[in-house]
Amino acid sequence: MMRETRYIKAINEALSEEMARDENVFVVGEDVGGAGGAFSATRDLLARFGPRRVRDTPISEAAIVGIATGAALRGLRPVAEIMFADFLTLAMDQIVNQLAKARYMFGGMYTMPVVIRAPCGAGLHAGPQHSQSLEAWFAHVPGLKVVMPATPHDVKGLLKSAIRDDNPVLFLENKALYAMKGEIPDGEYLVPIGKAEVKRPGKDVTVVATSRMVHESLEAARILAASGIDVEVLDLRTITPLDREAILQSVARTGRLVVAHEAVKAFGVGAEIVAMVCEERPALLRAPPARVGAPFVPVPFAQEKLYLPAAADVVRAVQGVVSA
Amino acid sequence: MSETRNEQLAVLESMVRIRRVEERLAELFTQGNIPGFIHVSIGQEAVAAGVCSGLGPGDSVLTTHRGHGHAVAKGIELRRFMAEIYGRQNGFCKGRGGSMHVADRNVGVVGANGIVGGGLPIALGTALASQYRGEKTVTVCFFGDGASNEGTFHEALNIAALWSLPVVFCCENNSWAQFTPQSSYMKVTSVAQRAAGYGMPGTCVDGSDVTQVRAAAREAVERARSGGGPTLLECKVLRWQGHYVGDAQKYRAPDDVKEARTHDPIRSYAEVLGAAKVLEPGDLEKIEQCVKAEIDDAVAFAAASPMADPADLLTDVYA
Repeated sequence: MMRETRYIKAINEALSEEMARDENVFVVGEDVGGAGGAFSATRDLLARFGPRRVRDTPISEAAIVGIATGAALRGLRPVAEIMFADFLTLAMDQIVNQLAKARYMFGGMYTMPVVIRAPCGAGLHAGPQHSQSLEAWFAHVPGLKVVMPATPHDVKGLLKSAIRDDNPVLFLENKALYAMKGEIPDGEYLVPIGKAEVKRPGKDVTVVATSRMVHESLEAARILAASGIDVEVLDLRTITPLDREAILQSVARTGRLVVAHEAVKAFGVGAEIVAMVCEERPALLRAPPARVGAPFVPVPFAQEKLYLPAAADVVRAVQGVVSA
Repeated sequence: MSETRNEQLAVLESMVRIRRVEERLAELFTQGNIPGFIHVSIGQEAVAAGVCSGLGPGDSVLTTHRGHGHAVAKGIELRRFMAEIYGRQNGFCKGRGGSMHVADRNVGVVGANGIVGGGLPIALGTALASQYRGEKTVTVCFFGDGASNEGTFHEALNIAALWSLPVVFCCENNSWAQFTPQSSYMKVTSVAQRAAGYGMPGTCVDGSDVTQVRAAAREAVERARSGGGPTLLECKVLRWQGHYVGDAQKYRAPDDVKEARTHDPIRSYAEVLGAAKVLEPGDLEKIEQCVKAEIDDAVAFAAASPMADPADLLTDVYA
């Protein structure tokens, strides 16, 4: 049986189910307790699991990640919340130098089952310091996994997988999707980390999309269908480890590649994907690939619509690739 | 406070072991046997030996780039310790960490840290794990006066006090931040004063006097173990050597170094124990012989160990 739920509620369900399942799982972050989270992701968890396992912190992002790291070194499975992905910058040493490297640097002595949840993305007029998509920075760090779910179904299944994963997972939720509704199964299910999914099959061009851009790409596919262009939308779901096989298989079917993400286009995940296809299977490409991403400016407060990549940008990119 | 002769001799032996290990490391490094760089704590042994003498194997220690002493005092096995610093395959970290990242979880050496102030937030997590599980174990986080100017110090001490975490923040105040004297980076001269700002007790002791260190550490550890929360324990120490082995210390007045070396925690504790007839003629020589044999064995083990395995370059990035 399927039922409808919102993206934010799906996150809450995943946390609640995993905390009930495993006593070692706890949540820690700013406003996660009494307030139930700035976006309600942790609503009712305090009442259900108590203050030992639902821990409100001061506004101290480095400490939040440090708590998670230290607790994982001692065998716990923390889920840290950083209120906005932009604030991950305040914890960069703890994430990059400490958490991500602990297993390798200490010769495999430790497993580091830490999840850091953080809402990313623009669309709420939150301004330059509350709207960024920084996934490429973290995808560049060996030791981290980076996950970006696009639907209520995937956010729940991936968060449960992330909590059960023995590695640090940066779990980037798109806050513009929090209110989105979608179908999820009634019972327990997992979505594997590292597996992309074809959200719409097509034969003319592959659009590899992440997070909110999955929906913009699906909209673009509907528009392009009217002019006879059949777009395949591949939702990457996980940034690292990158599902190379799924990308190459899709491009093998279509012969054309567009990558669409909300982060600035320059030096982004799109560049990595295009480079990977060009290096590994250049013969698959019947046309030069294209990237859709934000311009190289901070996220503006008022002119968000102008800034944000949208379906129309994907349509243009696909038309360009198809006519090349 | 009564303690047995064996306990006192064990503390003396621990200090001697740290001193001789680091002297050997400096020598081996200078000879080119050890890659990278080495930071020694010679002259500061009373802090490591004194604090760790009150800890058990279930207690956690986090340490710094100048952390050999803490690891040795906590009981790390010298063979694999030395092999790690040599960068060999059977070092504790398979030669991936080196001198600044020595760790052995089995004796509670959670890990040394190359980032100044980097261990402070992590200590919250290891201490929280004790509290979370209802264990009576504690965490000791060593750091320097330089680290107390990092933002992580503020974040960590505030939360530790707020949550009454079982942690001792042990500051080794050697009055130097690498090549810069303390007067250039702090208005206050005692880090312990800062404890008041977090609502935790702060104590400052002479870190060259192992008896003082032990008494203060015992109190702090007992407070942590019994649920009384954290303590900021400052041990004032003197840096006999440079920031790293080979540092000519041209930024430092020669008399300052000379003066530092008059405060020898090993010699003074040996005198105290001698006067109390705890240390008898010949005892110190026996300790030295025993320690030398251990170090010779560890160095031989490290030198004979296989180099880090090329097949291991890509493993352990993920579990």
